Amino acid sequence: MDNESQYSGYSYKSSHSRSSRKHRDRRDRHRSKSRDSSSRGDKSVTIQTPGEPLLDAESTRGDDRDDNWGETTTVVTGTSEHSISNEDLTRVSKDLEESTPLECKRFVGPALGGLLSFFALVTPVAFLILPQVLWRDILEPCGTPCEGLYVSLAFKLLVLLISSWALFLRPPRATLPRFFVFRCLLMVLVFLFVASYWLFYGVRVLEPRERDYRGIVEYAASLVDALLFIQYLALVLLEVRHLQPAFCLKVVRSTDGASKFYNVGHLSIQRAAVWVLDHYYSDFPVYNPALLNLPKSILSKKMTGFKVYSLDENTTNNSTGQSRAMIAAAARRRDNSHNEFYYEEAEMDRRIRKRKARLVVAVEEAFTHIKRLHEDEVTSSPKHPREVMDPREAAQAIFAPMARAMQKYLRTTRQQAFHSMESILTHLQFCITHNMTPKAFLERYLTPGPTMQYQQQNGRGRQWTLVSEEPVTSALRQGLVFSLRRLDFSLVVTVTPLPFLRLGEEFIDPKSHKFVMRLQSETSV
Amino acid sequence: MSFVPGQPVTAVVQRIEIQKLQQGDNLILGFSIGGGIDQDPGQNPFSEDKTDKGIYVTRITPGGPADVAGLMMGDKIMQVNGWDMTMVTHDRARKRLTKKNEGVVRLLVTRKSLEEVVKQSMNKYPRQ
Repeated sequence: MDNESQYSGYSYKSSHSRSSRKHRDRRDRHRSKSRDSSSRGDKSVTIQTPGEPLLDAESTRGDDRDDNWGETTTVVTGTSEHSISNEDLTRVSKDLEESTPLECKRFVGPALGGLLSFFALVTPVAFLILPQVLWRDILEPCGTPCEGLYVSLAFKLLVLLISSWALFLRPPRATLPRFFVFRCLLMVLVFLFVASYWLFYGVRVLEPRERDYRGIVEYAASLVDALLFIQYLALVLLEVRHLQPAFCLKVVRSTDGASKFYNVGHLSIQRAAVWVLDHYYSDFPVYNPALLNLPKSILSKKMTGFKVYSLDENTTNNSTGQSRAMIAAAARRRDNSHNEFYYEEAEMDRRIRKRKARLVVAVEEAFTHIKRLHEDEVTSSPKHPREVMDPREAAQAIFAPMARAMQKYLRTTRQQAFHSMESILTHLQFCITHNMTPKAFLERYLTPGPTMQYQQQNGRGRQWTLVSEEPVTSALRQGLVFSLRRLDFSLVVTVTPLPFLRLGEEFIDPKSHKFVMRLQSETSV
Repeated sequence: MSFVPGQPVTAVVQRIEIQKLQQGDNLILGFSIGGGIDQDPGQNPFSEDKTDKGIYVTRITPGGPADVAGLMMGDKIMQVNGWDMTMVTHDRARKRLTKKNEGVVRLLVTRKSLEEVVKQSMNKYPRQ
């Protein structure tokens, strides 16, 4: 048994019942017959991502035909070529969660809302058309007033359509853990409303075959009016209410203490969480796990304290005196670690600045090697042939002299995980195309940018967990604390209300600004 | 001679009594004053401490009532007829000195030389 940690898929196999294992054995044996020659006696274990059976292991044991072996066998792992350490495990699980298939749950809400609104928009038109279709001959004709109503109806429907498109037809940006209360409320309202109108219509108009067409048109117009008012309500509840700032949220990242303050309006906890995350991606510097710990040289000295062993129980004063002396020495020794920390920090700063200087000079020099070819410049004469390059080739040409300096700088600032050579080349090509100076090119590497800069665009989205003691649909109030958790760090959000401002007034007459020289008068008495 | 806020002001003072002289329509005393809490104390040539906003005698007409009474240029006026002069505006000081119904003003004035004289006299007769 070797000491490397193994990602073993055996666990799910061993928990299954014996009968299913039998089936699996037989199936694998069929498969293994063909590969017997290659895999017999092969004790190596290949680790694969879960979901795929460990074929080789099965194939070696498939021939034993022992039905009881599942209970008594211990897992035999030989030295394998592939082994995954703990970090790789977290990376694998992170990749898995990022690449989960598109959830249909994401689109249920908007689809429902779209259906409902389509239904609501079609209803007035249906109210108008149905009598014409069903009992046209017995309808009372109505002239000008109806035509006026038709026009107003048409325009109101157009306004409803356009505003629905403008406000509500947007792709949803987040899935919330609980129902979005206002949206549900509005959908229920619209549904009840339209349903009650249909009910009334069915009972009062369709049944007795109402002949007064003008009344029907007025009825449809009143429905459209009411829909416009519901849309106004939706606008106010969903879009306008939370615009006026009422609370100040303090967001602190748990791993390195980066914090920001935001002003939000009246929101529920889950909506506030979405709001905070929107701003997190563009305001907070990217989380760099390599920058977290004190340098090992300091920590290790702190860790190894003094250990006091009492070997002889009979010694009395001597041991206590000795231990006290040791504790005092340990206390004194601990005092030095902040000194070392200070010098280590200073040394690190110096090193970073040195590397940065080298990098800046290298990049400046590299940029002087190329220049843009203008349209009207004389194309190459045979005496001085010039090789014309496109941005990608130009970038590759000047990357070589600065590559080493760049790599060393990224290593020192522990950013090498965020920038691959390919990404640097792409960025260089981008900067050359847009006539940027070396300083503009370096801006990306000298300061750690917001998390948004390092995101790969994929439609899967990011998984965050909202941790809160209150139900997440309750409104924000003073003293509330909730946190947004990801795999390796979390954001802790504290809510405080904004202070009430008492604004007074003081009127200053512009004519009252007068000045005099300071006095030194002399009066004779 | 300047004051420390909250502490009582102590000074060696001389009592001077000046008889007002009728000159035409006015009663004059024959000297000029400068200073006051509304004035700029940095321009006072006679004060030792340039934050002192007291009333100082800036000029004495020779042969006038003040000169006769013994007032000297540079004196700081501490009281006039019992009224305090260390914390007054320039105008109030002028009014106190030029009251028409008073014919005599009794001033308490202080100057640097007074303190030195007292010190010297104390040294001369140490046991008293």
